Amino acid sequence: MSKEWIGKTSNKVKNTVDRLLVKRFAESIGDLHPIFVDEKYGEKSKYGVNIAPPTFPRVFDYGVLEGVELPMKGLIHGEETYQYERPLLIGEEVYCYTIIQDYYEKKGKSGDMGFVVIKRVGEDAKGEIIFTEIQNVIITEAVRRGINA
Amino acid sequence: MKTMTEFKPGETLEVTLPPVSRLDLIKYAGASGDFNPIHTIDEEAKKAGLPGIIAHGMWTMGNLGKLFTPFFEEGFIKEYKVRFAGMVFLDDILTLKAELLEASGNDLFFNVKAVKQNDQEVVRGNVHFRRYHAV
Repeated sequence: MSKEWIGKTSNKVKNTVDRLLVKRFAESIGDLHPIFVDEKYGEKSKYGVNIAPPTFPRVFDYGVLEGVELPMKGLIHGEETYQYERPLLIGEEVYCYTIIQDYYEKKGKSGDMGFVVIKRVGEDAKGEIIFTEIQNVIITEAVRRGINA
Repeated sequence: MKTMTEFKPGETLEVTLPPVSRLDLIKYAGASGDFNPIHTIDEEAKKAGLPGIIAHGMWTMGNLGKLFTPFFEEGFIKEYKVRFAGMVFLDDILTLKAELLEASGNDLFFNVKAVKQNDQEVVRGNVHFRRYHAV
């Protein structure tokens, strides 16, 4: 990881809030509520359609950050934030991309640690933001050595 | 069931989950696409210096969020922020809690946390719930 990666932005990828993926996701967090999975319930709801759980954007594809290689192993997920303008609707298309928002290092008890702030955004077809995710990831020294090697 | 309008500061929502199972985490891996093997394969967890597989932080966050699902006709989660403070292992029993801190018009601010059987807080954070209609 390096400071040069701050500001790097991925390509935008079109994702669909797929009914079956939402059902599988809701089941995996033990939340098979009819607002997510029952089509008739969704039609009668204020949304006119089923919605997705707030942490569902985990499943989306956010494109590729050219030249940025985050390690696959040894990362510690520190913090996670979702901000929404409205819930995600089943069947809608969401355009997703990611930005490396920040990177900094701190001295820790077990060596230097790197902190990456990753922002992920989902927009509608008009480019209006539906949700923003901010993920704080910690890279421990052992892993950082591996990257720089 | 209570509506969000009826909640008063200090009031809580709470649910205790069944013990965490490997199948829970395999299902979450498949559903989310997060196949980091420290969440599903013992040998990989041990190689990473862990005593055993650990739950995805996002699995716990996803579970914690469901305290608010029954209220999605009234409003939605405007912001959901958590800090991952501890690891969750197989057979851990999590209790999920939300407490209303403050209500201001249509905006309700909750403290949320996931606590283990030994009272360790593994996830803590905040939910900002926004109602659709004026109070």
